[in-house]
Amino acid sequence: METIKIQGTEDTPRIILDAEKDLLEISGRSLPEDVSAFYEPVLNWLNEYAENPNDKTVFNFKLTYFNTASSKLLLDILMKLEELHEKGHDVLIRWHYPEDDEDMEEAGEEYADIVDVPFEQVAYSG
Amino acid sequence: MDNKRDVKGFLEFVYEFYKSMKAHEITLVYEGEITHQITKAFTSLTESNMEKDDEAGTVQRKVFHVMVECLQNISKHADDFTSNDYLFSGRGIFLVSKNEDEYSVTTGNAVENDRIEELTDMLESINRMDKEELKQLYKRQMKEGRLSDKGGAGLGFIDIKRKTGKELEYHFLPISDDTSFFLLTSTISRTEI
Repeated sequence: METIKIQGTEDTPRIILDAEKDLLEISGRSLPEDVSAFYEPVLNWLNEYAENPNDKTVFNFKLTYFNTASSKLLLDILMKLEELHEKGHDVLIRWHYPEDDEDMEEAGEEYADIVDVPFEQVAYSG
Repeated sequence: MDNKRDVKGFLEFVYEFYKSMKAHEITLVYEGEITHQITKAFTSLTESNMEKDDEAGTVQRKVFHVMVECLQNISKHADDFTSNDYLFSGRGIFLVSKNEDEYSVTTGNAVENDRIEELTDMLESINRMDKEELKQLYKRQMKEGRLSDKGGAGLGFIDIKRKTGKELEYHFLPISDDTSFFLLTSTISRTEI
């Protein structure tokens, strides 16, 4: 399956979706001009991945900032992963947040409340 | 001669304007079209200024959040304008001020009068809500709005109140029979962090 690699910019996150290497990650900042267009390839990739997923799916969110428009799209991604989990696959979300960023930590808690999928909060320093 | 007097008058106005900015501790002011490029430019400018001033990380993040949501509120709703005041579409004024205790982010843009009631109701109900109610509302709006770009009305306002913990101050001033100028100001404390 095709690998997606998008370099991060000042307003868009870095994205790696590599099924072969078991590497699924969104990191950095997210405030794209057109959120739907930006995240469309990610959602399409997840649809395709869901047809033949790996034994275990670990999706890493390591965002330092996202705007409210992005928050809806992040929920879309999480709901795709929730579907995968509902179908009986092994799925884990890892939500990384800077240890001094309570708002980012709370955002993770809120998503964990909304979606029914194993969710792990990971604090990092720096 | 006349021209010379005009220029002098203008330059004197600029000085008054400068003094007035200083008096109100305004660090950034912009009038014009508000686009994604403008949003990026101002947020990064303010960010580097805050870094230079060794502002606390929490304060920097909150100011960034508020600026983005305020600016995107204007740029995103630029297409909603259908009245004759097309010149106002997507345009507005944006300013940041700072004193010892807080940052203020203020925006002003034209809105059609028939949106005043809806905006007032939304802002009032957000202002009345406590932390927990805002959190529940945010979650609900995010779920409901996730299928449409403009859905989840007020997500930006809810986010600003949640991030700043302060009421959203706003004011409407009449422009014409159809339109009003909508001013919104949010403050971010530099001390309560």
